[in-house]
Parts: sequence; C-alpha cells; structure tokens
Amino acid sequence: MFESVLVANRGEIASRIIHTVRAMGLKAIAVYSEADADLPYVAEADEAILIGPPQPARSYLDAARILEAARRTNAQAVHPGYGFLAENAAFARQVIDAGLVWIGPPPLAIARMGDKINARNLMKEAGVPVAPGVWEPVPDADTAVEEAERIGYPVMVKAAAGGGGIGMAAVRDEAGLRAAFETARTRAERFFGSADILLERYVERARHVEVQILGLADGTVVALGERDCSVQRRHQKVVEETPSPGVTGELRERMLAAAVRAGEAIGYRGAGTVECLVDPATKDFFFLEMNTRLQVEHPVTELVTGIDLVEQQLLVAAGEPVSFTEIDPRGHAIELRVYAEDPVRFLPGPGTIEVWEEPVGEGIRIDAGYAEGNTVTPHYDPLLAKLCVHAETRGDAVLRARAAVGAFRIEGPKTNLPFLAELLDRPEFADGSYDTGLVGRMRGR
Amino acid sequence: MADVHAEMVANVWKVTAAEGDQVNEGDTLVILESMKMEIPVLAEEAGTVAKLAVTEGQVVQEGDLIAVIE
Repeated sequence: MFESVLVANRGEIASRIIHTVRAMGLKAIAVYSEADADLPYVAEADEAILIGPPQPARSYLDAARILEAARRTNAQAVHPGYGFLAENAAFARQVIDAGLVWIGPPPLAIARMGDKINARNLMKEAGVPVAPGVWEPVPDADTAVEEAERIGYPVMVKAAAGGGGIGMAAVRDEAGLRAAFETARTRAERFFGSADILLERYVERARHVEVQILGLADGTVVALGERDCSVQRRHQKVVEETPSPGVTGELRERMLAAAVRAGEAIGYRGAGTVECLVDPATKDFFFLEMNTRLQVEHPVTELVTGIDLVEQQLLVAAGEPVSFTEIDPRGHAIELRVYAEDPVRFLPGPGTIEVWEEPVGEGIRIDAGYAEGNTVTPHYDPLLAKLCVHAETRGDAVLRARAAVGAFRIEGPKTNLPFLAELLDRPEFADGSYDTGLVGRMRGR
Repeated sequence: MADVHAEMVANVWKVTAAEGDQVNEGDTLVILESMKMEIPVLAEEAGTVAKLAVTEGQVVQEGDLIAVIE
C-alpha cells in the first residue's frame, strides 16, 4: 500500500477523501488556490500546498502545478475527486508516467467513456440498452434536422465531450432544434474543447437512475445498487436517493446486470457510475453515460451499504482486495445538495458565511466544504454541503430530512435551503412518483 | 433612462453590446459568469446604450453598475 495521497480537488470532496485517507493511517496532502486558503479541507490535511490563483485553469485544472506539488511533497498516489481533472485521461496518464498511483480507472477506460457517442456505441455492443440516437457526431444543423426526423421528436441535444448539463437541451421541433444545436456547439467548444454534438431520443417524464459499480483489483466488476437522481435543475442534480422509488426488484436486477456488463466491457477498475434513463411507463431503461470517477452523491450508497467507497478506491488502486465480503443494502438514504444560490431562480449567490450551524442527530451525515467565516467565491461550483439522511424506511428518511433542513442555518450567501424544504413537502416527492420534470413544474416551467 | 446593475459577484465573461447600440427590451448586453454558470444581463427597456461600465475579464460586485440605457 502507498503511504501518502495527494487530493487534487477542493471543498467538500477534498474533506471527504482526506477523512478516509487519514482513517486508513495514510498521509493526506491537500492542494489549494489563493481563494481557498481558509477552507476546512486545507487545515484537515497533513500537508497543504498552494498551487496558484483562484482561476481553475491556473490552479485545480493545471496538471503541471499539481504534479509539481506531488513531487515536492513526495506524494505516492493522486486522488482526483470529481470534476476538474478527474475524467481527464491525459492527466491520469501523466500521473502514472510520473511513477505515482492513479486512484481511478485506467486512462483508456476514461478515454473510451469520455466521448458520449463512442460510449453509446460501446454500450450497444456490450448489450446495454441505448436510446434511439446517432452513431457519429452531427456535423451541422441540416444533418441534425434529418437525424431528428429519423429519431423522432422530442430529442435531446448534447455535447459529446460534455458533462454537468452544459449545452444540453430538449427540443420539440425543427426551429427549437436549430437554435439549440448552435448554442450547444458554441458551449461544447468553449467548455469541453470539442464541438461534437450528439442527438438522442428524449424520454418524457423519465427518471434518472444510476448504478454504482466497483471494478476490483482481480478484474471482476460488482454493482452496489442504484441511486435516483431525478430531482434536477438545469440538468444538474439537487437531490438523490437510494433505493429508487421508481425501480422495482425485477428492473433493478436488469439494471445492475447491465451496469456490470458495461464495466466489464471496458476493463473498468475502481468506482464508477453507469447513468441511465428509466421510462416509468414501460419499465425500459437506456444508457446515458458513464462517470469514470467517484460521484458527488456517493454518500447515499455508503449509508445503506455501510461500505466506504473511497476506502475501496484506495484498496483497488493499491491492487488489494476490497474490505467487504457482501453487499447488503439496508434502509433508505437521501442526499440534499445545499447550494449557494437563490431558492427561486437558482442563480448563484456567493458571499461570506456569517452563520453556519449544521443539524446533528441519528441518521444525519453532513459532507461540508465550508465553515463559518469562509467566503464563497464566484470561481467554483455552488455546492456548499451535502446533507444526507438515513432511516429504515423512505417515509422516515423524508421526515428526518425535513427536520434536518429546518435545523440547518446558513447566513451570508443565498442558499437553496428554502427550496429543499419546499421540495420535501411536495406531494410527488413525498410519495416518490416524481420524474426529471419535477423542479420545472415547481417553478412553473 | 435605466441603470443596469449586477445581481451578484461575478466575472464579466463577454460584453455583447457596445455604447451607441440600439437595443430592444430583453436584448443581451453582457454575459456574466459565476459559479460555473453563464448569466446574461438583459436590457430592461428599449433604447440606446449610453454607457457600458464593464470590460471582459473584470470582476463585478453585487450592485455594481453594468450599463446605462437611454
């Protein structure tokens, strides 16, 4: 086993990883930008290195600066967290070439899943269902219109190299498609450096359900259950839960088996997530994309299985067996993402945190990136903390979540806590019948 | 005459209008970027852009003047 891990990330996920690294008796090394010097994760690490100015391109996205920090601190392994360089196959390769252990899947697996069109084609070959769509990038708006007529409206326009919902749009007709196509191309080029666009059938009133997989050091792939991520604003997740209230036992079996086939098809190692759309009307599911890293919402899986996913990532990366012998999920877990944004329009609301009081109690887990006195800057994503609850039944978990949201006090930046309270009282969330259109319906869209 | 102010701390990503431009209500003047989100700043009424107070790459604070429409 390696003895030290550099965490190439910031905020809540850096804290989360550092916690397990230190619990395993290893040395945790943090990196931070000038904007993040006062955040809790910097103090929680055994050693912390300033890597640059606030702009991500000159700090957390700068591979050379991160590798330099690893060299200076004699780090033996690198954990990328999520976002930033986590799904950058070239960075993974550089880490390995520098003689360090990469805590993630093989660079080739990252590259093969990084292009959504390639990933779709691979999954189809592996026997994983995909939605009707294109097999190669759509070069121009006229071709997009032809393809959309073949696929059938509504269609989803997506950046092939994309993520985080950026440049994504569902369109219902040719005019909408032409407009969305141009926007998606511009954003895809700017954010992902590739203007390749993918079209796929859009499933109305679908649920977004993903399967957590783990590729073990011996080459086998196991599934650790599903997470329902249908509560989304701007195609970004806000609330996740497991088990999914929309997935029956038989469907779950099919989805988990398909996710294992997906992982096996690309020689996957470590933690990964196979994202799917579920059509509640037909009980069909379609592969959307695979995230070749630890997922933001991994805590809900940890709460029901009792398995520390970061610990398993480290063990697999070191070539060792995992620490569990069986997967036996118990109870129900919900994660609510607390964002620095206004609760009505969901616009960013940076600011200095004057009050920060977390709820405490049985079945409550908070993964926080900030504390009282910290400033939330406009440079990074708006996630402040993940409020997670665990209880025996879904009903009890919802009750526990309501109490915890009510007891979470943050003053200074705007937060979406009032939105989360409203959501938990919404009948279709309370009864579990919701789909990806829920937040839109709550806001009259 | 209408002053357009920043609603939040943000980086000015793009300035899409120029002083002297005729704009309609709802036209984009400037695109801000905060927390990985693009936020278009729109003209709240039709008129002429009398002043553009920001440049690309600049950081604006909540309440800062962005533009004046006459």
